[in-house]
Amino acid sequence: MLKIKGRAWKYGDNINTDEIIPARYLNMTEPEELAKHCLEDLDKGFMPRIKTGDILVGGKNFGCGSSREHAPICIKASGLSCVIAASFARIFFRNAINIGLPIIESEKASLRIRSGDELEVLLGEGKVVNLTRGEEYEITPYPAFMQELISSGGLMNYIKGAIL
Amino acid sequence: MYVPMSITHKILAGHCGKGSVRPGEFIKARVDCCLGNDITAPLSINEFERARAKKVFDPERVYLVPDHSTPNKDIKSAQLVKQVRDFAIRHGLKYYFEVGQVGIEHALLPEQGLVLPGELIIGADSHTCTYGALGAFATGIGSTDLAAAMITGEVWLKVPECIKFIYKGKPAAWVTGKDLILYTIGRIGVDGALYMGMEFTGNVIDDLPMDDRFTMCNMAIEAGAKNGIITPDQKAVDYCKERAVRPFECVSGDTDASYREVFEWNVDGIEPQVAFPHLPSNVKPISEVGTVRIDQSVIGSCTNGRMSDLRAAAKVLKGEKVHPRVRLIIIPATQRIYREAMDEGLLAAFLDAGAVISPPTCGPCLGGHMGVLAEGERAIATTNRNFVGRMGHPKSEVYLSNPAVAAASAILGRIGGPGEIKGRG
Ligand code: SF4
Repeated sequence: MLKIKGRAWKYGDNINTDEIIPARYLNMTEPEELAKHCLEDLDKGFMPRIKTGDILVGGKNFGCGSSREHAPICIKASGLSCVIAASFARIFFRNAINIGLPIIESEKASLRIRSGDELEVLLGEGKVVNLTRGEEYEITPYPAFMQELISSGGLMNYIKGAIL
Repeated sequence: MYVPMSITHKILAGHCGKGSVRPGEFIKARVDCCLGNDITAPLSINEFERARAKKVFDPERVYLVPDHSTPNKDIKSAQLVKQVRDFAIRHGLKYYFEVGQVGIEHALLPEQGLVLPGELIIGADSHTCTYGALGAFATGIGSTDLAAAMITGEVWLKVPECIKFIYKGKPAAWVTGKDLILYTIGRIGVDGALYMGMEFTGNVIDDLPMDDRFTMCNMAIEAGAKNGIITPDQKAVDYCKERAVRPFECVSGDTDASYREVFEWNVDGIEPQVAFPHLPSNVKPISEVGTVRIDQSVIGSCTNGRMSDLRAAAKVLKGEKVHPRVRLIIIPATQRIYREAMDEGLLAAFLDAGAVISPPTCGPCLGGHMGVLAEGERAIATTNRNFVGRMGHPKSEVYLSNPAVAAASAILGRIGGPGEIKGRG
């Protein structure tokens, strides 16, 4: 997953977990079932229109609100390839890392990208390329510890290596 | 070398075997206890089982509280609760709470003496930060984190920077911990403390009852914070002493600890606050609310479902009638609170006023059950979040306030303060 390519879906600041997956669906845990309702209360037409690989772009404080891991799970299961935001709420951030949903912090990318832009995310090189606008944005690199978590394939694999 | 540390940093340092910690550093910390509920624990249990783990690190320190959709609201949630119950039985968990003993986790665990000063507590629920009111480091994490902690008794954490809030002066009548925290979030914004620790101090906090301290720390997450914390004083120690299930040791910060920022506010002029849709930071003082008609008022939740909240509501409602177009739903947060409210005659006052009393549950707080809103409906609630669709239909609205304001609004049929009810000024 060093290179991700997809079309952007851009939303605003403070996209919260109730908008990502409303509580009325929290009586389920299957990723595919949850995915059907991804971002339903924010944009009803979202799921029917997205294509596998598309990229979700938010503003500040993406994923604020509850600790429900159903939020990154349903984004991942919906076929979206990653989330780019100016900043992430902390529990969403750790949940995404723990389950292996790529999330990218870049203020400039979040500011400049518009819905429909074709993007290329080059994780290795630490940048996002906006093919539509001919621009490049720098990615805030993950701290070393998180890179270790990601490269071991998420938290459960990491602790398996360390303890079990 | 002496490194001055805040209370948050001291607790973290003490749990990772280090003399000191620095903000930004990643640590692997020992947890004193961890918790999950009927929404988050099933995912943790799936992970736990996928990892083929045999047992939990300590059956007395893993708490499972099915409080969100209980009493089971539908077949699917009943299945989830069953999964949690079976796991609790299989692993001999000492503290599993079923309907009849259950309460909203963040009111129940402190009440049962299961979360204590100086401890490091993680919970698969964002409002785990509530326990900071006891001088613990408590933070919300996800289900996979909980699975890992149930197995290893450890959690990875990034050491946060801390912000100190000093509240001075004398709060006006009907101004509670809820108003102070809404005011604070209004000032700094919903990401004003993102990744940071919030520490509440000052003479106003010293005077604050424990219930209000829980309310304040509960909503630290609404400013994006990792934890909220209050240094334990005699009041906190007395609260814990009579219920603690294990010995505890209080921790306090160094007076010369450094903070990313220090806010000092005089609370004298602060009125009861109301957060407008759809963010908890969207606050106005009650005098500037204008005419906002409501269909429902909810008094309860992990934020404001404790005894002093119910007492405040009863003080306003006694001898009054709920407006004919308003549904007033009151939810004591635990069985013990329910019983105490009954013994004090509060439940009678609620019933006489025309309120409905729910068993302890999260229920309508997250739009689950027991008071879901229809399209276009508007509620005032003593809960902590007013996001789009939080209590039901995506086109419904939630306003947040303290219990006295929610009670007065139920009588008035529109958002208003207790001062507007005759004889309550
Ligand atoms: S009362 Fe509301 S905020 Fe508190 S734990 Fe339950 S759902 Fe979450």
